[in-house]
Amino acid sequence: MVEHRPWLTFMTHAVLILGVLIIAFPIYITFVASTHSLDEITTSFPLLPGSQLLENYKRALAVGPRDVGATVGTMMLNSLIMALGITFGKIAISLTAAYAVVYFRFRFRMLFFWLIFITLMLPVEVRILPTYKVAADLNIMDSYSGLIFPLIASATATFLFRQFFMTVPDELCEAVRIDGGGPIRFFFDILLPMSRTSIAALFVILFIYGWNQYLWPLLITNDESYYTLLIGIRRMLDVGEGQAEWHIIMASAMLAMIPPVLIVIFMQKQFVRGMTETEK
Amino acid sequence: MEKRVVFKHKFLPYLLVAPQIIITLVFFIWPASQALYQSFLQEDPFGLSSKFVALQNFKMIFTDEIYLRSIKVTLIFSFSVAAIAMCVALLLAAMADRAIKGATTYKTLIIWPYAVAPVVAAVLWYFLFNPTVGMVAFYLKTLGIHWNHTLNGTQAMILVIIAAAWREISYNFLFFLAGLQAIPKSFIEAAAIDGASPAKRFWTIVFPLLSPTAFFLIVMNIVYAFFETFGVIHAITEGGPNEATNIMVYKVYHDGFLSLDLGGSAAQSVILMIVVISLTVVQFRYIERRVHY
Repeated sequence: MVEHRPWLTFMTHAVLILGVLIIAFPIYITFVASTHSLDEITTSFPLLPGSQLLENYKRALAVGPRDVGATVGTMMLNSLIMALGITFGKIAISLTAAYAVVYFRFRFRMLFFWLIFITLMLPVEVRILPTYKVAADLNIMDSYSGLIFPLIASATATFLFRQFFMTVPDELCEAVRIDGGGPIRFFFDILLPMSRTSIAALFVILFIYGWNQYLWPLLITNDESYYTLLIGIRRMLDVGEGQAEWHIIMASAMLAMIPPVLIVIFMQKQFVRGMTETEK
Repeated sequence: MEKRVVFKHKFLPYLLVAPQIIITLVFFIWPASQALYQSFLQEDPFGLSSKFVALQNFKMIFTDEIYLRSIKVTLIFSFSVAAIAMCVALLLAAMADRAIKGATTYKTLIIWPYAVAPVVAAVLWYFLFNPTVGMVAFYLKTLGIHWNHTLNGTQAMILVIIAAAWREISYNFLFFLAGLQAIPKSFIEAAAIDGASPAKRFWTIVFPLLSPTAFFLIVMNIVYAFFETFGVIHAITEGGPNEATNIMVYKVYHDGFLSLDLGGSAAQSVILMIVVISLTVVQFRYIERRVHY
């Protein structure tokens, strides 16, 4: 701060606190609703936590909501498998692709590079029907491969690694060669350990991306045992004229938020780095 | 920029790029080309035969009033989401940049909603504004406003905009704060010595220096509102009431999967692809802030 203006400082904090409260409000209400019984929620709009916390969460995790044939526990596990599969899959194939593009000269190198680049421009949302058809033809509907593989090609991760590899001094590569090491040795002994911070940053971003996937799982899961949690929550809202089980929905929503939010809070440095470096 | 030192190997590089390329070909290039191809075909309702109809599908959707309405709805939705999310984020970022004490705490408290999935954000806001159990809807009623987004198109639009913008505030905040912290403090001190008030300093120095960040964020927010808000629409309104919130991405899904109009859905996909490609080009060509590959 360049000058002392107590009134302005007071305003600064007031605006920030108000902003934080408004941003947190829906989540607080969700938490409160997840600790009450359905009757209490629908009749009295509670503002303070109630006594049903354990019951609601236990019921959601172990018994499952009324109209969805899977427990929240199962769906969380599916979400986790999908998120981790996408995260590690993307990191692995991007690392090797970037390595090939940077450290080798081979025919069609630029063609491959552009092929990868194009994926930036084709989000799943714009090609849903034909991609769905491909998945159906490959017989990967209702399977973990179907949830993971179509989503693991990533131009951003490849570019990030490519950019990082370009900054690695050439001397390191020469040193390995003088010692008689080949490309595989260089990759595992030098490049991979050096990429640790980039991988950590990408991990945070990609885990959130994977956990929050919605449209694709919606299309390819019909079998309830492959539902991800987000699909399950949406299904719980589909009650037609009946009363939605808001206490269970809110408990499930909390459970759907907790893993990615914890990752952002505890890996904030990597998160910020990942956001500003991948910018996508 | 090229590496001087490279490895020589006959097949290893192909092996290394193979997984990425196979996935790209199978799940990106092939489906995209299929969408392009199908957009020129018309299929009978049973999927038994199809005939080439050239630009007929495109002509049809561009004369279809529901589609034209959907374009309008998409534009209103996207620009409102971008405007709200960016203005709130800029205000909070400017304040957080000023606040020396507690700046990092505020930052943590503001960025975490980004981790909440759009569809979960939608469920939270849907609950608050639910006409029968929602707290906000209840208090609005005591103020004399009858909130029912399942019947009132304008209210439905307001609700999806709030739900979509809410989590995007965090994203914008992060980038605005980084942009603000990159501005040399000496500029601001110099202006303060010349007697410029904080508001004047903000509008004449900080804001212009922040414009590349703002421009970048406009593009990113529009991309988000166009493509990633499917879950918000699907959970809250399903495009209704009476098509009032039927954004283009939702319509592609609806026409393709629920109405089974393959040609029309493919033609809409192609239009969306053109939108993404133009946005990406704008992003790469005109935004210098972006890293150069």
